[in-house]
Amino acid sequence: MNAQESLHDSRRWKLWEPVFWLLALATPFVLGSHALIINEIAIVALFAVSLDLILGYTGIVSLGHAAFFGMGAYTAALFAKHVMPDPLVGLGVAIVLSTLFGAVCSLTIMRGTDLTRLMVTIGVGLIMMELANKLDFTGGADGLQGVIMGPLLGRFEFDLQGQTAAWYSLCVLLVFFILAKRLVNSSFGATLMAVRDNRLRAMAIGIPVTARLAVIYTIAAGVAGAAGALLAQTTSFASIDVFEFHRSADLKLLLVIGGIGWLYGGVTGAIVFKVMQDWLSSITPQYWTFWIGLFLVVLVMVGRERLIRPWTWFGGKK
Amino acid sequence: MSSPEIVLSAQGLVKRFGGITATGNVNLDLRKGARHALIGPNGAGKTTLINLLTGVLEPTEGRILLQGEDITNLAPHQRVRRGMVRTFQINQLFDTLTPLETLALTVSQHMGLGGRWWQPLGKRRDVTERCEKLLAQFHLTEVMNQKTNVLAYGKRRLLEIAIALACEPSVLLLDEPVAGVPAGEREELLQTVAALPADVSVLLIEHDMDLVFSFANRMTVLVNGTVLTEGDPDTIANDPQVKAVYLGHGEELAHG
Amino acid sequence: MLTILFDGIAYGMLLFILAVGLAVTMGLMNFINLAHGAFAMGGGYITVVLMQRYDVPFLVCLPLAFLGMALLGAVLERTLYRPMYKKSHLDQVLFSIGLTFMAVAAMDYFMGSSQQIVQLPEWLKGRTELGDGSLMLGMGHYRLFIIAVCAALTIALQYILTRTRFGSRLRASVDDQRVAAGLGINVNVVFLATFAVGSGLAGLGGALGAEVMGLDPSFPLKNMVYFLIVVAVGGTSSITGPLLAALLLGIADVAGKYFIPNFGAFIVYFLMIVILIWRPQGLFVRKGGK
Repeated sequence: MNAQESLHDSRRWKLWEPVFWLLALATPFVLGSHALIINEIAIVALFAVSLDLILGYTGIVSLGHAAFFGMGAYTAALFAKHVMPDPLVGLGVAIVLSTLFGAVCSLTIMRGTDLTRLMVTIGVGLIMMELANKLDFTGGADGLQGVIMGPLLGRFEFDLQGQTAAWYSLCVLLVFFILAKRLVNSSFGATLMAVRDNRLRAMAIGIPVTARLAVIYTIAAGVAGAAGALLAQTTSFASIDVFEFHRSADLKLLLVIGGIGWLYGGVTGAIVFKVMQDWLSSITPQYWTFWIGLFLVVLVMVGRERLIRPWTWFGGKK
Repeated sequence: MSSPEIVLSAQGLVKRFGGITATGNVNLDLRKGARHALIGPNGAGKTTLINLLTGVLEPTEGRILLQGEDITNLAPHQRVRRGMVRTFQINQLFDTLTPLETLALTVSQHMGLGGRWWQPLGKRRDVTERCEKLLAQFHLTEVMNQKTNVLAYGKRRLLEIAIALACEPSVLLLDEPVAGVPAGEREELLQTVAALPADVSVLLIEHDMDLVFSFANRMTVLVNGTVLTEGDPDTIANDPQVKAVYLGHGEELAHG
Repeated sequence: MLTILFDGIAYGMLLFILAVGLAVTMGLMNFINLAHGAFAMGGGYITVVLMQRYDVPFLVCLPLAFLGMALLGAVLERTLYRPMYKKSHLDQVLFSIGLTFMAVAAMDYFMGSSQQIVQLPEWLKGRTELGDGSLMLGMGHYRLFIIAVCAALTIALQYILTRTRFGSRLRASVDDQRVAAGLGINVNVVFLATFAVGSGLAGLGGALGAEVMGLDPSFPLKNMVYFLIVVAVGGTSSITGPLLAALLLGIADVAGKYFIPNFGAFIVYFLMIVILIWRPQGLFVRKGGK
């Protein structure tokens, strides 16, 4: 196999992928009673994909990604409430604003060590939370209520069962997934992975590292904003817990479960996490964070890569 | 006879870390097409000098000129764009990528395609053809699809140098290219280094005196961060000061 | 005004004691330990339990909180933390968040989720006022006590670091681990002792701070940010850096909440971001440090 074929091979869509997506898109109709959780899974998956772009593919450790999620949520909610209830337009506006916000914030992550970056990202998230808490037009601690969404594409009403919502979220997820896949398979994406693996060498082959970091951070912010907008639109509500540290931490966890550096990591992680959360919450409603915590500790001690390769659990070769 | 063009010039380079002077007033001129070796005992500051030239370290004093342009304040990646590329003494590779992907991304970046997010890596024929040539030249074709972190050390070293050449440098700084390479694989590497195009100017740091004397037409001796002497290989080999430095450190300055 | 300064200093000193262990472990082991707040919480709860169920006097609880958490810290260091030093920062963050979640949930289970009240002994309640008008300095006795204890601890720490053999071993290990090991310093013991003392101090801080900062199972999550700010801004290569950072943070927080009630907390985060962008290595790093 020559060079071109090899590269092409590793990057093209595998057979099972279209099947997976067709099945996914069918779930709101086939599993109608679970439409609400399907919607949640789609939203979290999109959020996870956005984090994977900066964490898995570029190596930026951030715990404040919820800031962009929240930005998208509030923008969409406020837009629907005060300007126009059309969901797609609102989604677009939310993405644009989150992207701009991401561009501004990208200035903060370019310098410093992992710790300072971590701190700055946490700080931004907290500021956003305080702002949402204290400003009047965001509804404060109670959240923004009375958000009424117009029909999707002018025709599909958001029904109480949540089928339209789930389908809407899944479609948006798919669109962004396709775009993200294109991005990570491109030369640009390859340079990101180079930055992640060895920043020193990346610089030494002419990659403008800080510029690349800024660009991908901005893009990831926009995608996270899209996820937040979906949440606000499909639940008709935006509250300050979109900014909570918990959300960023949970997101990291689910991404790690699914596998970082792999777009389906976000998707599988979202599915596994949400299902687990649902199941654990029904068993031990208050203490499921304990099990999550335990899981995290075990996960790290065993080694992240080994978790998704069960044959390595008992001393087999890596 | 007209003096050859100077492609890289370090002028009065000084680097201090707190109270320590790692590089003391170094002047170095690299001529076009040079095969210039930088030698000296361990700790002489050779790698520090390379780091200064490539922009990884900021000089405390002094200037660096590349093709006549003052690059002292340019970031490392900008110097690479202007044709100055280095290799590292300790392999600096992209462990999760394959040699093919590594070279493809380097070639793409060099061709200015690094910012294209919509075009799949390796879509363009010219990129992949260049990769195939490099892979063949560095005997990496059989392992081109294996992840870098599973490759044997000799192959990793070859990849280290292949990456630098993928950038089509006009000035190449090689930091101990055969370091740690098993004797059986040194020949491969030496041949590739010897076969570099004549118009590429090479500055070589090496401890292996066989390689140095067979390769270099000019040498600079660095001791304790300052230039002891500079000249052609024969003069250097017979210089009593140089012999003292090396004999004092238990090494023989033999050449074949 | 002066009262605000006073309160800010008290809060700052408290934050310092809470965060100093974190600063040293970060500088020494290059380990991002987000679970540090859980040790503080542990100290607080030990105090509450001892006082409420066993009628132990407050002053006795303080050293017990220190010892308890130091012991826990030593055990955890030896068993769980040590294999983590080599792992990536991402792994360390995930690991310590996991521990924190477990601690928070465990406390919730055993102690309930409501705020715990610490009954201060009579002689610590009350307040002294000096001067009058706008220059009045109102000093709550408890805050005076906090300042006194923390100042004493700070002096003790500085003394240990600069005048004892352990201190110089510690400083050598922070500077360069391999060289220190090569000099015959048992780096493992240094790590263990440092981690234990750092956790103990956190516990003590938690016990002292329960009355001022509130104590409930979400304590680590709420306050971890502040500890991290102290470490990030103050740097990890000395203890004066975090001390100054903590004082700055304490005063800024108290003043901010007083003068601009709506956005007080906001000022602190904003300040931190600005400082970290301006000086990514922290405000007080030695030149030529890591």
